[in-house]
Amino acid sequence: MSTFEPTLLARINKPDSQSLETYRRDGGYEGFKKALGMAPVDVINQVKDSGLRGRGGAGFPTGLKWTFLPKDHPGPIYLAINADESEPATFNNRILMEQDPHQVLEGIAISCYAIKSKKAYIYLRYEYGRSYRALKKAIEECYAAGLFGQNIHGTGFDLDVVLHRGAAAYICGEETGLIESLEGKRAWPRIKPPFPAIEGLFRKPTIVNNIETMACVKQILDRGADWFKSMGVPPDPSNPRDAGSYGPKLYCISGHVNKPGCVELPMGITARQLIDEHGGGVWKGRNAKAVVPGGISMGFLSASELDTPLDFNGPGKVGCLGLGTAAITVIDDHTSMVDVLFNCARFFAHESCGQCTPCREGTAWMHKILARIRMGEGQSRDLDLLNEVASSMGIIPGTTICGLSDGAAWPIKNAIKKFRSEFEEYIQTGRKTVKPSDALMEVH
Amino acid sequence: MGVLSEELRDQIRAQFPNYPNKRAVVLPALHLVQDAQRHVSIEAVREIAELLELHPSEVHDTMTFYQFFKDEKHKLGKHRVWVCRSISCMLRGGEELLQHMCEKLHVHPGQTSADGKVTMEFAECLGACDGAPCILVDDEAHMNITPEKADELLKSL
Repeated sequence: MSTFEPTLLARINKPDSQSLETYRRDGGYEGFKKALGMAPVDVINQVKDSGLRGRGGAGFPTGLKWTFLPKDHPGPIYLAINADESEPATFNNRILMEQDPHQVLEGIAISCYAIKSKKAYIYLRYEYGRSYRALKKAIEECYAAGLFGQNIHGTGFDLDVVLHRGAAAYICGEETGLIESLEGKRAWPRIKPPFPAIEGLFRKPTIVNNIETMACVKQILDRGADWFKSMGVPPDPSNPRDAGSYGPKLYCISGHVNKPGCVELPMGITARQLIDEHGGGVWKGRNAKAVVPGGISMGFLSASELDTPLDFNGPGKVGCLGLGTAAITVIDDHTSMVDVLFNCARFFAHESCGQCTPCREGTAWMHKILARIRMGEGQSRDLDLLNEVASSMGIIPGTTICGLSDGAAWPIKNAIKKFRSEFEEYIQTGRKTVKPSDALMEVH
Repeated sequence: MGVLSEELRDQIRAQFPNYPNKRAVVLPALHLVQDAQRHVSIEAVREIAELLELHPSEVHDTMTFYQFFKDEKHKLGKHRVWVCRSISCMLRGGEELLQHMCEKLHVHPGQTSADGKVTMEFAECLGACDGAPCILVDDEAHMNITPEKADELLKSL
């Protein structure tokens, strides 16, 4: 593991890593040039052959998604890049955009060529001001260098890239919420089908891809599908739906570790390895009580589950919703799971878009019930009530339009299953937690 | 001449070629107006709607969905300071930091300091968890913030 050479992060923290000049010196835009010499369908096939699955959370095979576009469509076809990275504990896209914007833009250019799109929108969360300025400058450089614009390299291929800033709403990371927001509306997710590939942005065929996925596309064009497939974990034979977890992955490490950060590793590393070998161990010499495996909407790994491989298949085997964004948050054994779960519930109550009643009401009630428990006014039956509310919301029970709701329910279900005795003890012994800052957050 | 200056109108119109219709310019327009005027008044909503050939209620609907945009009753100060309260920051003192900064300025989240310089806010995950606790000053992230560093930052605004 220690000999692994990063590719996605190879240029991070190098002097002037954002500039077109240094990017080109490091071989930048050669992959795009290579793609322009290929038939678009061959680019799609190369991405398909690599086994690349979307890095945004759902893990859908990228090349396969591209083939869902209608054949011989007269256009326009849009590429909408999801740079609304808002899943708590996730910051890998930010690092790519801030430090190596051209790697991302080259992936976008290659992808547009592959899907015959002449226009890409990058939907960037507002909070990423530094990413905004880095991308804006990089896009300007690309136009000036003839990498974007009309008739690129005399091939007849045109490409415009537009940077579009969001306005601080988690729901915009849901692909159809993002599309609605880009269209100037409230970001209420759409009922699917039709999927965006058939009818998406401005009612036209649209592919929505994540920033890290774009960086992977660039690397695949440079290094080949076999290179990508030489890393990671092959499909689990016992899971017919597992398409394998190939390639390098950016893992985020935060919370109670000595060295929080973002590391690039072959897919399939365990939470324990991330903590011990890359995160400097649990801080203050303590032990981990729980680990969030990939953003809070994936649930929790308990201390006995830390050897779970963090690939697309692993976290699901121990009851988590999935790999998610592969962003781990470490919670030490001095921390109350009541506090942690309250924090998660508050987040989702704040961020539910309000369109579907089970999610709008469910997240609000889960927040209230957890606040009650935390204040020392909980009852044992509250745990079953929380479970009941959580089990009735989401696309899995079929009561909501989007999967945010499943993600809001999952940490609740996971925590009550895996840490039930801690919650019971908290309630039965009449413990109370009141922080002075709680009162400050009631105004919203 | 309404509340939107000709310069602001030109900046909004300059967005039109980026999109196949004018409605998609609602968010860029709201950002431009709020950046310039520190809020989006109902009159500004009407004028944006006129520019984009929309009904004012359509602009208002979008604006109010995103709690980010503030009306005339909630004008922003010169700077907006957000303190992250989500999990990675909470685990490393984010909530205590929010409390410290609010006490320093004698405000609750959503309120502006008496001198009009700073509007304090709490934020959900700012995506800077490698530097928790973190804060955002306007749209610039500041990481690994201690109460002392927060005081310095506030002083510099």
